[in-house]
Amino acid sequence: MSIIYLDNSATTAALPEVVTAMKEMLAENYGNPSSLHGLGIRAEKALGEARRQVAGLIGARPTEIYFTSGGTEANNWALRGLARARRRQGRHLITTAIEHPSILVTCRRLEADGFEVTYLPPDPRGVIRLADLEAALREDTILVSVMSVNNEVGSRQPVADIARLVHSRSQAVLHVDHIQGYGKIPLNCQEAGIDLMSLSGHKIHGPKGVGALYIKEGLRLEPLLLGGDQETGRRAGTENTAGIAGFGVAAHLAATGFAERTARMQEIKLELARRLVAEIPGAVINGPAPEEGAPNILNISFPGVRAEVLIHMLEQRGIYVSTGSACHSRRESASHVLQALHLERWRQDGAIRISLGALNTPAEIDPTVTAFKECVQELWAL
Amino acid sequence: MYTSLLVRYGEISLKGNNRPYFEDKLLDNMRRALAGLPPRRMRKTFGRVFVDLHDDLEAVARRLQRVFGIISMSPVATAPLELEAIKKAALAVLKDSPGTTFKVQTQRPNKRFPLTSPEVNQEVGAYLLTHSQGQRVDVHHPGRVIHVEIRDEGAYIYSRIIPGPGGLPVGVTGRGLLLISGGIDSPVAGYMGMKRGLELTALHFHSFPFTSERSKEKVIDLCRVLAGYGGPLRLVVAPFTNIQKAIRQNCPQEFYVTIMRRMMFRIARAVAAREDAPAVLTGESLGQVASQTLQSMAVINKVVDLPVLRPLVAWDKSEIIEVARRIGTYDISIRPYEDCCTLFVPKHPATKPPLARVEAAERNLAVAELVEECLANLEILTVEPEATAM
Repeated sequence: MSIIYLDNSATTAALPEVVTAMKEMLAENYGNPSSLHGLGIRAEKALGEARRQVAGLIGARPTEIYFTSGGTEANNWALRGLARARRRQGRHLITTAIEHPSILVTCRRLEADGFEVTYLPPDPRGVIRLADLEAALREDTILVSVMSVNNEVGSRQPVADIARLVHSRSQAVLHVDHIQGYGKIPLNCQEAGIDLMSLSGHKIHGPKGVGALYIKEGLRLEPLLLGGDQETGRRAGTENTAGIAGFGVAAHLAATGFAERTARMQEIKLELARRLVAEIPGAVINGPAPEEGAPNILNISFPGVRAEVLIHMLEQRGIYVSTGSACHSRRESASHVLQALHLERWRQDGAIRISLGALNTPAEIDPTVTAFKECVQELWAL
Repeated sequence: MYTSLLVRYGEISLKGNNRPYFEDKLLDNMRRALAGLPPRRMRKTFGRVFVDLHDDLEAVARRLQRVFGIISMSPVATAPLELEAIKKAALAVLKDSPGTTFKVQTQRPNKRFPLTSPEVNQEVGAYLLTHSQGQRVDVHHPGRVIHVEIRDEGAYIYSRIIPGPGGLPVGVTGRGLLLISGGIDSPVAGYMGMKRGLELTALHFHSFPFTSERSKEKVIDLCRVLAGYGGPLRLVVAPFTNIQKAIRQNCPQEFYVTIMRRMMFRIARAVAAREDAPAVLTGESLGQVASQTLQSMAVINKVVDLPVLRPLVAWDKSEIIEVARRIGTYDISIRPYEDCCTLFVPKHPATKPPLARVEAAERNLAVAELVEECLANLEILTVEPEATAM
C-alpha cells in the first residue's frame, strides 16, 4: 500500500541529502568539535557550515544561532533565560492563549516563580488583535512571545506589526516561536525586528533532536544548561554534530526553491480545502480561511465524526493525518487552541489536521479526497 | 551473613496425593523467577525449600515475592555444630531484625548434638541478652523468634520473616481464559486467578479503527505485567469491528451492550476450547455498570457452558484500584486510549435485559457467521515478562 503522509506538522521524513550528511558525521567526521586535533577542527567546520545554513533561512548572522536539542529547549531557554536575565527590570510577560505547550507550561512555571503573564486571546481565525497587545504592554513588560504559525490551525500572527508595536511602546524583548513557520513562510528576523526566535530541525525534513535559538547580537540571556564552553559558553554539552549537520542541509534545501515549494503546498492545500468542503456535506474549516493561513496546515471537521476514528480509518488506507491536538477521548479534554477559538463542541471533537511538507504532490489530492469521502460516509451509515 | 533463604509454602503441603506435583510446579516457577541471577541450589526438605544465596538476598526475595504458592520466606544464617558459633550467628540474626523483645526456639532433629533443645534455648538466650542492649526475653509475646535448627549438616539460625504472595503455584489448577479489556479491572481479575494457581491465556477484543493501535499496545503491556507473576502468557487478539458494526446496524440500541457481551462470550468459548482452558475469567464486579447487573450476567452467561469466574464480583472499585496499584497495572490501565469504543455504547443501556427479547433481537444477526469470521482472523502473541520483573 502506498502511503500519503499528511502529518508533516508532527514531523517530516528526513531528505536523502540530510541522511547522507548525518551518516558522514557519524561514521567519518565524528570528532568532538572541542578537540584540539584535526578531527575536532573538521567537525567544528561542519558546525560552522550548518550554522550559516540555518541562519541564512531567517536572515540572521551565523554567530546569532545557538543549537539546542530541539524546539522545546529553544522555547524553554528563550523564556526562562530572558526572564532570569531581566527580572530586575520587570516581571511581566505577554504571550497568546494558543501557543505550544513548551511556551504555555514554561509560562505557568514562571508565574509560580513570581512573574506575571498576560495571555492574549485569538480572534475566531486564530489571530491576536494588535489593540489587545497594545493594551497589555506595560512599563515592566520584559518579554512578548508569539508563534509565527499556529501548529494546529495554521493561523499566522502579524509578526512584523507586533514587533513594531512592542519596540515602539515598550522595552520588552520579542520572542517568536517560528518552529511551524520555518521554511513555510518568509520571515527575516533582522528586518522584522525579532530578538529571539525558536527553530526546529525535524519539521523541515531534518532530523529530530536538534533545533536552534536565534539570539540577537548583544542580547543578554541566562543559559539553561551549564558546564561547558560549547556554543560560546551559552549552551553546554557536546554538540549533536550529526543532527546539526543534517539540520543545516535541511535548512539549505528549504531555502533553495523556497517560493516554488511553498506555492505548491499552498495550491495543494487550497484544492484539498475546496474539494473536501464541496464534496462532503457539512464539512467546515477551523481557524483561518485557507488562503490566509500558513501554506501547509489545514484544519477541518466533519459533522458526526470523531477525529480519532476517522484517523484510524484513513490509516487503513495508508493516509496519515492527525487530530488537531493530542485529544484524549476518555478525558474529554479538547485542544486548548480549538477551545480558545470558541468552536462548537462537535468541531473540536472532530477536528482533523492535514499538514503538508516538501514531498507532497498534487497527485495525492484525488486519492485523499476520495478516502475522506468514503470514510466519512461509512461512519455516517453506521 | 545469610547463606540461604528458607521458603515456606504452607497451603500446598496440605494437598494429599497432589503434593509432589504441586511442589514440582512451585520449584519450576521459582526457578523461572530466578532466571538471570547466578545459578544456585534449591533443596526441598520437610515441606520447605532452601534456596542458596550468593550475597543477593534482596534480589532473590524480591523475585520470589511474585511467585504464588509461597507463604513466607526467612533468610537463614548457618553455623557449624558448635555452641559458640551458634551463639555468634544468633546474635547477628537478632541484630538484623528489628524489635526489643525475643525468644529463642530450638529444634533438634540431629539428636547427636550434646545439648537438648531447652538447653540451647537457655544458652543462646543468655548470650543474646548479655551481648545486646535494650533487649528482653518475652516467651509469651516475643517481638521476634530466633529460630535455631540443629541439623546433621550444621545449625540454621533465622528470624526475619518476609511475606510471600500466598496462593497456589501458577499452573496447578489448570488454565483460564482471561477477557482483558485494557481497563483497571480485568488485569486484577487475571492476577487473582493466577493467585489461585491458574495459568492464563488472555483474550482481547480489538475494534480498529474505532479503537487505536495504542489500545492494543496497552493490553500487551498489561499482559507483560501479568507475565511477571505467572510467566509468559499467550494473548489472543480477536477482531471485533465487524461484529460491532453488525450489532449497530441490526439490533435495538438498548441491547447493544448485552448482545456485544454475548458475542464476546461466544468467541471466548471457542477460544477457550482451542486453548484447553476449561474456564473463563472476567473483571466484572456486581452492579458496576449496566452489563454487570445480575440480570445482565444471567442473560450473557446463557451463551457459555463453561464456568465464568469473576474474582472481583464482590469487590468495590476502590479495592480493585488498590490491588491494581500494588501489582503495577494501574498506571497502564489509566492511559487515555479507549478500550471499548464509545461510538457503540448507547446512552441508556438496558440494565435488566429480558432474555426473550435479547434472543429475538439476535435473530437479525448472522451470529454463527460473525463468530466464524472472527475466529478465522485471530492474532496470537506470546507476551514475555519484563526481563527485570522476574
